[in-house]
Amino acid sequence: MKQLTNLSSLRILKNKKFKIEEKELIVKSRTENLSEIRQFVSSGAILIGMPVNIIDNIILAVDEACTNIIKHAYKYFPEGEIIIRLKFSSEKFTVIIIDHGVPFKPETVPDPDLQRYYRQHRVGGLGMFLMKSLMDEVKYVSVPGKYNQVLLSKKLTVTH
Amino acid sequence: MAEFSTSTKDVGEVSIIYLRGYLDAHTAPALENTFSNLIEKGKYMTVVNFKELAYISSAGLGVFMAFIEKMRENNGDIKLSSMNDKVFNIFDLLGFPLLYEIYKTEDEAVNKFIESKNLEK
Repeated sequence: MKQLTNLSSLRILKNKKFKIEEKELIVKSRTENLSEIRQFVSSGAILIGMPVNIIDNIILAVDEACTNIIKHAYKYFPEGEIIIRLKFSSEKFTVIIIDHGVPFKPETVPDPDLQRYYRQHRVGGLGMFLMKSLMDEVKYVSVPGKYNQVLLSKKLTVTH
Repeated sequence: MAEFSTSTKDVGEVSIIYLRGYLDAHTAPALENTFSNLIEKGKYMTVVNFKELAYISSAGLGVFMAFIEKMRENNGDIKLSSMNDKVFNIFDLLGFPLLYEIYKTEDEAVNKFIESKNLEK
């Protein structure tokens, strides 16, 4: 993990050598910021010409990841930081989401069981299930005491 | 900024809840309040009309899970109607059609309540 070089809330970084473009948004860990996060992801995905239905799926996956961070990593502490970084390459669209809250162990989240939720009047793990279903790649990295990272990516398919 | 709102209307004994905008972790409590208010008034037969709903995340889906059994225990139900394809696909992906009746139109959903009432008589 490279050191963050710039913490301005939104900027485009260009790396000519690898032909990768990046955009970054930093928001506080509050549910009121979810709409801004969705807008940010949408505007980025539109730039590279992603089909609308795929963009919708990516937006939902990122919303779920950020909702989990707000609820579980920061436990509704409103001053935590969530960094959302978009990376565009010719092969895929990648969203990297970083927080500095409680580390997350994805392997402890069971697949959703609606019958059980029905009895318990609650749901859990739906967000993660959606992320895995909607994206090509979902990867978690936690460095305890430092940061947690979720990487979501979607391949770009060329249509003629 | 009104990014999500609900309104309700009574059709006989059935309460219709209209959803508008974006239903996520931030706005889900507004829908919880709507359901809680109906329960307080003893209204358990509800149809949720999704026609104007642009977006739903799992936090929104959770609201329906939280209230469905309460409604059914009181001879009511939460029936869903008028979803656009995008919203339906999310419900479908999570297997909700096994637990909830989902109808193309609000009228169909309301009529299902009326039919089952008539059968009881």
